[in-house]
Amino acid sequence: MYDMKALYEAKSVEDTIALLQKHPEAQIIAGGSDVLVQMREGKRAGAELVSIYGIDALRGVTMEEDGMIRIGSLTSFSHITKDPIIQKYINVLGEAVDMVGGPQIRNIGTIGGNTCNGVTSADSASTLHAWDAIVELTGPEGIRKLPIKEFYLKAGVVDLRPAEIQTAILIPKEAYEGYKGHYIKYAMRNAMDIATTGCSVNVKLSEDKKTMEDVRIAYGVAGPVPMRAPSAEAVAKGQTVTTEHVEAFGKAVLTDIKARTSWRATKEFREHIAVELAKRALTEAIRLAGGEI
Amino acid sequence: MHETQYKLVSCTINGEKRQTMVDVRASLTDMLRNDYSLTSVKKGCEVGECGACNVIIDGECYNSCIYLAVWADGKNIRTLEGLMGPGGELSDIQQAFVDEAAIQCGFCSPGFIMTAVEILESGKEYTDEELRKLLSGHLCRCTGYENILKAVKKTMYKRLGKTE
Repeated sequence: MYDMKALYEAKSVEDTIALLQKHPEAQIIAGGSDVLVQMREGKRAGAELVSIYGIDALRGVTMEEDGMIRIGSLTSFSHITKDPIIQKYINVLGEAVDMVGGPQIRNIGTIGGNTCNGVTSADSASTLHAWDAIVELTGPEGIRKLPIKEFYLKAGVVDLRPAEIQTAILIPKEAYEGYKGHYIKYAMRNAMDIATTGCSVNVKLSEDKKTMEDVRIAYGVAGPVPMRAPSAEAVAKGQTVTTEHVEAFGKAVLTDIKARTSWRATKEFREHIAVELAKRALTEAIRLAGGEI
Repeated sequence: MHETQYKLVSCTINGEKRQTMVDVRASLTDMLRNDYSLTSVKKGCEVGECGACNVIIDGECYNSCIYLAVWADGKNIRTLEGLMGPGGELSDIQQAFVDEAAIQCGFCSPGFIMTAVEILESGKEYTDEELRKLLSGHLCRCTGYENILKAVKKTMYKRLGKTE
């Protein structure tokens, strides 16, 4: 038995908003792999929950007319990995979420939960930052969309207003067309572990595959929230595909990241692997994009 | 004290239509063990890490300890008990666990076997590396995993009609 005060099962997004307005203290539960575990630990003990798990309309990946990829917030990690649209256009996201926990966790865990918990180590978060994802939120005043960077306010806190619910993650066509990416998770175990640091890089090469037209990089656990490394991006953008430029790109991430010491790893170790992961992930992204290095 | 909240949960369990009133605070593990006496569903860590409570819901594996019982409404649930043949026989995968000494204390076995069932029913052939990843959501403190991997692999080849 879980120590919860009450459970309200929402049937639709509108129903969720109404329930959250009626019970302002209630917390949303999606797949529950965070909420129930924290409830068991006593952190959320005695809470009222609004369950959105039954809203099938929030599941699935679709492509809109303008080429925007829409990932319903309740889509599980395993369904994202298996989805043909994801595999075709943004395969690295499927690969990244295939590193979350273990198989059973990937069947219950949702991309909405992974981002709404505001945790920096979330395996989806760095890739979503690196691909300029947009978060769609639905509340009493209607729908608002904001860049994922602005959605994260501080460690564990996201921009969810009262009675608001995240309904989708959107990836615009201009953010994925022509790009190839790679994600590396550095953790102590191969499964059932949280990233010590995670790094997602993607690149758009020129037609002759010799120049990096655009490079984007984002980290999990290099600061209190998932973050991009703009200085490193500026260093690599427009440069030719050479090991020297990859090296310079790796070094430049230290200007941007804010690693700290925790029980998982020291600041120095995190900085060391952040540089190494940046170089390796960029090299692999270049290869995937058809470049030679 | 506030009033206990109940919900009628109707679902298919091991091929049979069942329904019962459950306390909304119950996990699916609680419901399967307490209401249906399906004690192959083990209570291990109860925080979704060890896989001892793993069951198949609509064809996919879930740790039933972190799955609310009320979510099971309308679902098709399979536990280890459902693998038993009409005369009480073991299924091929269970027999393979016995033959390969993939069981010692037995606590992790039901969960592991249900994951193996999902793997085998996909009808695909996997490499050792892929199988290790597919089986990685379970902890076993006795066997060291090698014999479990062997049992799943052997059954996979057998069902595919291939030799190793």
